[in-house]
Amino acid sequence: MTQDHTNKQFDVEMEGIRSGVLSMGGRVEKQLTRAIKALAQEEDSDLLDAVGADEAAINQLQISIDQQCAQIIARRQPAAVDLRMVLTVSKVVNDLERIGDEVKKMAYKAAQTRGSDQLTRVRYYDVGRAASNALAMVQHALDAFARLDVERAASIIDEDEAIDAAFSAILRQLISYMMEDPRTITPALEIVFIAKSIERIGDHAKNIAEAVVQVVKGKDVRHSSAKQIRAEVAQS
Amino acid sequence: MATLVAPAEARTDSAPLTSVKMSIRGLDFYYGKFHALKNINLDIAERHVTAFIGPSGCGKSTLLRTLNRMYSLYPGQRATGQIMFNNENLLDATVDLNMLRAKVGMVFQKPTPFPMSIYENIAFGIRLYENLPQRQLDERVELALAKAAIFDEVKDKLKQSGMALSGGQQQRLCIARAIAVQPEVLLLDEPTSALDPISTAKVEELLSDLKRDYTIAIVTHNMQQAARVSDLTAYMYLGDLIEFGATDQIFLRPMRKETEDYITGRFG
Repeated sequence: MTQDHTNKQFDVEMEGIRSGVLSMGGRVEKQLTRAIKALAQEEDSDLLDAVGADEAAINQLQISIDQQCAQIIARRQPAAVDLRMVLTVSKVVNDLERIGDEVKKMAYKAAQTRGSDQLTRVRYYDVGRAASNALAMVQHALDAFARLDVERAASIIDEDEAIDAAFSAILRQLISYMMEDPRTITPALEIVFIAKSIERIGDHAKNIAEAVVQVVKGKDVRHSSAKQIRAEVAQS
Repeated sequence: MATLVAPAEARTDSAPLTSVKMSIRGLDFYYGKFHALKNINLDIAERHVTAFIGPSGCGKSTLLRTLNRMYSLYPGQRATGQIMFNNENLLDATVDLNMLRAKVGMVFQKPTPFPMSIYENIAFGIRLYENLPQRQLDERVELALAKAAIFDEVKDKLKQSGMALSGGQQQRLCIARAIAVQPEVLLLDEPTSALDPISTAKVEELLSDLKRDYTIAIVTHNMQQAARVSDLTAYMYLGDLIEFGATDQIFLRPMRKETEDYITGRFG
């Protein structure tokens, strides 16, 4: 993406979808930060409203960026790296929109798990920490996209494994609480859903990272192991 | 520089690349002192469409014109090296140029129908090489027009002048004329650059039919056209062959930066 196109308007349009992804990503980060707050705090309906508004804005951005991608394909017939970029942007906005859905679910479930003191520690610390890790992962994925940095993208694959492990650990803890005291079952299940949403956010961030590798390297690394992706990235 | 045809794993075309129709080795070409083609090594695959792309003056038309010695008409133009075709180096002085051009037909940028009837446009070439009874000649003319996907449009007016047809029809008439003498290779030099989009689509559609019977090499300025019609693409610049490979690979993931800059419109 170094040299400019002979047709400068084409550059403007490509920059439009690229910066569109970044502003959409910024909104997703903001929304996720609010949801993490909702996990830690007492009930705050303003916060929930804000998360809902974020989600609506994210949906609109998805539609408008996808439209811009379709227009570039129709008008410019992009090839090679440009074509990969347009296809990737279309995938990335899809992942970002899904993250927005998961974050909204998280925030609303968080409101429903209050009132169970026994589970407070799990909710505040373990789930909260996993959510912060997911936020960092989303930020790293967007960073890798902004810089088209494949090494950074490859490191995100490892972060996803850490989030998957955290999900399993939370599940084990909740199971032991539920066995000890059946009254915890209802709030525990809500926390399971929250943890599952966090795990899904990690997966979507990983998809974004894989898309970055595809733009830069021209190889589809979805469904590859972390080791294979590293090998691909290492190739010049 | 790239030499042989694209490696097997790079091809997605279902037809196997069984044989090489023309094998170009160490080809240099000069317009007087100007060195227009520099050590070109390339295989033209049988019954496939090979496209040559590159900016103006890169040598793609020159390369096409060496393949049937069109340049021999002009003094001061010469080629050295080897183009093996049917076990013969077609650059040899002993090659019979009339027979060569019957086997390697050419269609030009602007439609060039002869100022005679549609029927005679086709029959003229056949009579040069063969002496056929009238009925057989009629069949050959009809077959050529049918193969060039124009027979249905002109069957009721074969006696009318070829010049009266539309540009797109004239170009298909020229393709019919080229294939009437049953060539093995068809060279097309920007065959659709003077045509409207619908006529262009018809000619492109025709190419996908013709490659079942003929080996086709096409020069085009329209990169999307190269992407649509060809199986293999060669990118040339300033007389050098920069990259040659399966069209799918060239347009999705070119190996060389120069190729990518050109096909994505970043060139120059």
